[in-house]
Amino acid sequence: MASGQQLSAIKGAKVLMVGAGGIGCELLKTLALSGFHDIHIIDMDTIEVSNLNRQFLFRQSHVGQSKAKVARDAVLRFRPNISITPYHANVKDSSFNVDFFKQFSVVLNGLDNLDARRHVNRLCLAADVPLVESGTTGFLGQVTVHIKGQTECYECQPKPAPKTYPVCTITSTPSKMKGVVKDPDLLSIDHHGTGFVHCIVWAKDLLFAKLFGDKKQDNDLNVRSNDAATSSDHSEDIFEPKKDEDIQQYANRVYDHVFGHNIQTALSNEETWKNRNKPRPIYVKEVLSDEPIQQNGNAEKSLVNDNLSSLSAMTYLGLKNPQDIWSLKENTRVFFAALKLFFSKRQKEIGNLTFDKDDSLAVEFVTAAANIRAASFNIPLHSLFEAKGIAGNIVHAVATTNAIIAGLIVIEAIKSYLDVAMWTCRVTCYNISGMKWTSFSVAGTDGVGMTYCLEHPSRKMLLMPVEPFEPNESCYVCSETPLLLEVNTNRAKLRDLVEKVVTSKLGMSLPLITHGSSLLYEVGDDLEEDEVANYAANLEKVLSELPYAITGGTIITVEDLQQELVCNINIKHREEFDEEKEPDGMVLHGWTPAPATEKNEDATDNNNGASTSSAAKPAADVMEADDELSIIEPGIETISAGGKKRKLSDVPNSEAPLDEKRAKKIPEKPESDGDVIVMLDDGNDDIRDSSTVV
Amino acid sequence: MNGEELTEQETALYDRQIRVWGVDAQRRLSKSHVFVSGLKGTAVEFCKNIVLAGVGSLTLNDDNPVTEEALSANFLIPFDENMGGGGSLAGLCCDCLKDFNPMVHVSVEKGDLSSFDVDFFQKFDVVVISCCSLAAKKSVNEKCRKLSKRVAFYTVDCRDSCGEIFVDLQKYAYAKKKADETVECQLQYSSFEEAIAIPWRSLPKRVSKLYFAMRVVERFEEVERRKPGETSIEDLPKVLKLRNELCLAHSLNESQIPDSLLERLVVSTKEFPPVSAVLGGILGQEVIKAISGKGDPLKNFFFFDAVDGKGLIEDISTS
Repeated sequence: MASGQQLSAIKGAKVLMVGAGGIGCELLKTLALSGFHDIHIIDMDTIEVSNLNRQFLFRQSHVGQSKAKVARDAVLRFRPNISITPYHANVKDSSFNVDFFKQFSVVLNGLDNLDARRHVNRLCLAADVPLVESGTTGFLGQVTVHIKGQTECYECQPKPAPKTYPVCTITSTPSKMKGVVKDPDLLSIDHHGTGFVHCIVWAKDLLFAKLFGDKKQDNDLNVRSNDAATSSDHSEDIFEPKKDEDIQQYANRVYDHVFGHNIQTALSNEETWKNRNKPRPIYVKEVLSDEPIQQNGNAEKSLVNDNLSSLSAMTYLGLKNPQDIWSLKENTRVFFAALKLFFSKRQKEIGNLTFDKDDSLAVEFVTAAANIRAASFNIPLHSLFEAKGIAGNIVHAVATTNAIIAGLIVIEAIKSYLDVAMWTCRVTCYNISGMKWTSFSVAGTDGVGMTYCLEHPSRKMLLMPVEPFEPNESCYVCSETPLLLEVNTNRAKLRDLVEKVVTSKLGMSLPLITHGSSLLYEVGDDLEEDEVANYAANLEKVLSELPYAITGGTIITVEDLQQELVCNINIKHREEFDEEKEPDGMVLHGWTPAPATEKNEDATDNNNGASTSSAAKPAADVMEADDELSIIEPGIETISAGGKKRKLSDVPNSEAPLDEKRAKKIPEKPESDGDVIVMLDDGNDDIRDSSTVV
Repeated sequence: MNGEELTEQETALYDRQIRVWGVDAQRRLSKSHVFVSGLKGTAVEFCKNIVLAGVGSLTLNDDNPVTEEALSANFLIPFDENMGGGGSLAGLCCDCLKDFNPMVHVSVEKGDLSSFDVDFFQKFDVVVISCCSLAAKKSVNEKCRKLSKRVAFYTVDCRDSCGEIFVDLQKYAYAKKKADETVECQLQYSSFEEAIAIPWRSLPKRVSKLYFAMRVVERFEEVERRKPGETSIEDLPKVLKLRNELCLAHSLNESQIPDSLLERLVVSTKEFPPVSAVLGGILGQEVIKAISGKGDPLKNFFFFDAVDGKGLIEDISTS
């Protein structure tokens, strides 16, 4: 295919790659080999050991260095005469504005999170540059092409935020969860039923956060007994070390409180346990009955020489294999050792810690705490390796899938940019049909939305090209359709609107909110002091009491100057919201105007609203990320599920035109999301159900 | 490797992929031995993938000196005005692959592919050959089949933006998940020689046109005594004539092997790097499946054409 003319066109192209991780390394290599001469690459990450199994441009000696820069140097070794410009920076930085994007022929995403993907999508729309989007997880992968006005944009179909766990369910009853274990022995690490997932969330987002994180944050760790008021009153100081107690005494007290007392209290709510297995309270004395409980002092000596980064409860206790499942006793010892190490060696960080999968002590603590809780609820215990995967939402990643996807990205990049005469077909979206290892996608840590491959219409097709969709006319990003927000304008503050809608749902980083011609709120570096003070004051005001009141019927405009995205939001006043289902106290409509979808949307909002640390992070995606993944990527499911119907030539038994089916699909999405307990695996169930519907 | 457990170092390095295929599969990978001959861009992609995956050993075979063309498709060899100082392709690739993953033993085996006898292949669990003649494909495949142990045999070829993978796992049994049960599955593969001897008219309808086109070109190179990929536009008339003869012999409509497709394969014989990446990735995946015994293996041909974007599996076997 590569005639002289085509090669020189490739040579003349200027390409922006966003992400130098798993896909990025492969992509940079393939671009360079294919003859691209001017490549820019943005990545804010540094290299980690667990990257080395697939990010082949990196070596052990590079750990800690900028991915973008090391990747550049590695590729220049075999292709010294091309230009690669690295940026060790966040793609959301203001320097990467529309003008920056406009200089490129095509933008290629190898990103790991929804937030950045949406941001790049908007900039590509604003700059009118084709975007090739991609993602992989395990053996599944996808490439999609987005060209303004011709194809749907990345956000034309809803991208639900990661599923999170409403706090009340985490606190009380992990066993309520349906145990969805789909392929137990294909992959041993996926044995964990979702009950254990809840134990992890409890250990990480409640207990760990309570003991080591910001004390001021709301945290529902204590079980509400029937007389909630009194119990929460006196339990406030349970987690504060008392002056006259040593670390071991404190640790014992915390242990007995959360694993013993709290369970005991929960048991007193008999209603709760009518149809469930009762948990058993666990107290230190019972577990470690045969040994004297170690007193403060002994532990200290043996730890003196350890440096901070290698502090490990496992090392201290002589536990070696992270694949082993510890007994209740061992978990209890790890719990104590980790807690003591935190309080003795990392005292300074206490109060500011957030869970990090690369913090081995934090992983040990969370594993032990989750296992002790699991023991209490009679849920099978798990190894540190497994627990780390769940707690860190670690993506399953292999080199081969990334290599294949990178190859397909380059092919699409060439097609979208060049008028390659021989390649008569239009740009294509691809699905790797799971290499037929489809069952991997049900791995418990993520509801990876690609199981539709099971129902693949043609067993022959390993790489399935799909023609891109037309733009969604009611997409709030690439069309000008207004959104609708239901909110109690007499109770919600502007801050709620900014945090719960503008930044988290609309994904804006530098928002500007106007009502008519009046500015209500703005973020930026170039503001005057009085403006800053004014906006800060507005944030705390109730909507209806703002200088330019927002009430039912008001239309506000929200824009992001960097993304050049403008949305109008129609405000609808509503008095009451269901605390459990709509914890945000507001509901945003706008993906599809059909009333039948409302329920579904409520549920999505609901998930979004529950506060856990994973929700606080940028909403992570399924994709090769490096690591921080979570959940479901319905864009993938939608495109593919629809696509397989659309590509008539390849699908002998396709029956109906796509649009009709897609229109049907969204309303028919199962309503299981409405259930208070939100399962990680629901993502899969949804996909499965909807693929039969589609 | 050391006994039954993965080392701490292995667990840390392979963390993300162990989460995909499990500890058992990783252990089996680390005990497996892979042989690769013909180190152009596609084979090199495969080598990278399999070294990253953590096989026990990889043996490279390609005595060809480094040329400008070889350099241009090869990301393993650092750019060098002196063309690698006279070293062989295998030698230079070896140096770099070692660096990718210190836990994999990478070495070079010198000699012509046809000179290796049956016993030579005994050492390996997987044999992959690329860019070699029809005769070599048949003969290496037969040698692998003569061994008492099962040696998985693969060929991979990329011309222009088209690619082909052939798989022979002989008699292959594996566990498969169906609904909630595990079923034992057994597959019977044909050798390369057996597969391509199947009369074209008895193949299922709509077999990829690439299958036929690759056979025509392969046959052309054999009768003209060309090296693989040693064709040009001048050869096209002869290739088309051969196509017509073969179609006649097989009672296949000539339109099944379009002129335009043959022209692409004959004229630009260079590997197109994105297609090499795709083929190397899929082949890597297949080898990992065969070694670990997990997942449905590909049976027995795979075709990819960047022009229509389809990646198709074709089963062309005697059974």
